[in-house]
Amino acid sequence: MPGTAGILFAAETEEVEGWRLLIPAGYDILWSSVVLIVIGVVFYKLVLPKFQAVLDERTEKIEGGLAKAAHAQEEAAAAKAEYEQQLQDARAEAARIREDARSEAGQIVAEAREKASAEAARIAETAQRQIEAERQQAAVSLRADVGSLATELASKIVGESLEDEARRSRVVERFLDDLDAQTTATAGKGN
Amino acid sequence: MTRTSRHPTPRAFDLQETALSSLATILPLAAEGESGFHKPSIAEFFPPAIWFEGTIFEINRIQFVRFVAVAVLLTIMVIAARRARLVPRRGQNMAEMLLDFVRVNVAQDILGKEKAPKYVALLTTIFFAIFAFNITGVIPFLNIAGTSLIGLPVMLALWVYVMYIGAGVRAHGVGGFLKSSLFPPGVPWPLYVLLTPVEFLQVFVLRPVTLAIRLMANMVAGHLMLVLCFSATQFLLFEASGGLKPFGALTLAGGFAITLFEVFVAALQAYIFVVLTAVYLSQSVEDEH
Repeated sequence: MPGTAGILFAAETEEVEGWRLLIPAGYDILWSSVVLIVIGVVFYKLVLPKFQAVLDERTEKIEGGLAKAAHAQEEAAAAKAEYEQQLQDARAEAARIREDARSEAGQIVAEAREKASAEAARIAETAQRQIEAERQQAAVSLRADVGSLATELASKIVGESLEDEARRSRVVERFLDDLDAQTTATAGKGN
Repeated sequence: MTRTSRHPTPRAFDLQETALSSLATILPLAAEGESGFHKPSIAEFFPPAIWFEGTIFEINRIQFVRFVAVAVLLTIMVIAARRARLVPRRGQNMAEMLLDFVRVNVAQDILGKEKAPKYVALLTTIFFAIFAFNITGVIPFLNIAGTSLIGLPVMLALWVYVMYIGAGVRAHGVGGFLKSSLFPPGVPWPLYVLLTPVEFLQVFVLRPVTLAIRLMANMVAGHLMLVLCFSATQFLLFEASGGLKPFGALTLAGGFAITLFEVFVAALQAYIFVVLTAVYLSQSVEDEH
C-alpha cells in the first residue's frame, strides 16, 4: 500500500505535503474543540440525563409491577395457608367433639349403671332389714304364743302337777331356752 | 487488543487494489486526453477557506461539514430526548437501542457492572459524536467525514487520554497508577527493564496517537476510495473513448459498494474508538492483583 499510495500522492506533493494529514492546524484544533464541547455539553446536560430518567422510571415501574405481583402471590399463598389451617382446625374440632361426646356418653352410662346398682343395693338392704324386723317381731309373738300354747298343752297333759306357779314358770323357761337354742342353731346354720 | 492501527483491512484493501490496478491502466490515457480526470489526493482535506482565512478562526468546507453534523446530531437527539416517554415509540426505540448498545455491549461488558455507570456518559457521547462525524463522508453534498481532518480525532483522543489517566489517578493515586501501569504485576523483575519503557510508551504516547490516527486514516482512505471510484466513473462514462465506457459501470458498482462499506466503517470506527476507550479506562481503574 505505501508504494501505490506513494505514487498517487507523489503527483500532489507540490500542493499539499503528506505530513499535514497528521499535524492538526490551529483552526482545526479550535473548531474541533468547539464542536466537541457543544456536543459534550448538550449530551451531558440534556440528552443523557433525560434518557436516563426515562430509563430509570421504566425500570422502577417494571420493578414495582413485579413487586406487586409477588406481593399478590404472597397474599394468595397466605390466604390459602390460612384456609387450610382453618380446615384442619375444623376437622380437629369435629374429631374432638365426637370424642368428647363418646366419652361423655360412656360416662353417663357408667354413672347410670352405678346409680342403678346403688339403688338396687339400697332396695335389697331395706328389704333385708324389713325381713329381719318382721322375723324378730314374729319371733317375739311366737315366743308369747308358743309359751301359752305349750303351757296350755302341757297343763292339759300333765294336769294338776304343774299348778304350782314357780315350777310351771321354770319348766316354760327351760323349754323356751331350748327352743331358742335350737332356732339360733338352725338360724346360724342357715346363715 | 492489537495496538497497531486497525484498517478495515482485507476487503477494503482488495477493493482498493482492484481500483488502483484499473487506475494504472487508465492513468496514461487520462494524461493523453488532458481531460478532467480528477485524481484523488490529500489536497481534498485542505480545501480553501470560506471565512477568516489565515487566522485561527479559519472555516473551510470541513469545518462547515462538522457544524452541520453537530446540528443534525443534536437536533435528532434533543428531539428524541424531549419526546422520550415511558412507553417508547419507534424513533425512541431506535435511540434507546443505540444508547443501550453503548451502555451494555461496551461499558458493562468491558468495565463490569459496578464501574460502568461512571463512564457511560463519556462513551455514549463519544460514540454518537464519532458516528455523526464519520457518516458525513457518504452523505451527498457533505461528502467528507468530519473526522478525516486530524484535529477532531486528536481532540477526541486527548479527551479520552485525560479521562483514562484521570480515572487511574483517582482510583490508585499517582504512584499507584504509575506502578500498576508501568510495572505490570506477575512478571519476573528483570523483565521490567524491557517492559517498563514499552508500557510507558504504550500508556502515555501510543494509545492516544493510535486512537487519533486510526480514526483519521480510515476516514481518509475511505474518502480517497470514494473519490477514485466516482471520478473514474465520471471520466469513463463521459470523457473516455467508446471502448472504455463499459468500465465505467464497473467503477460505478465499485463506488456503490464502497459507499455501503463506508457506512459500515463509520459505525465500526465509532465502535472501535469507544471499545478501546473502555478498555483503557478499565485498565486504569482495574484493581491491583
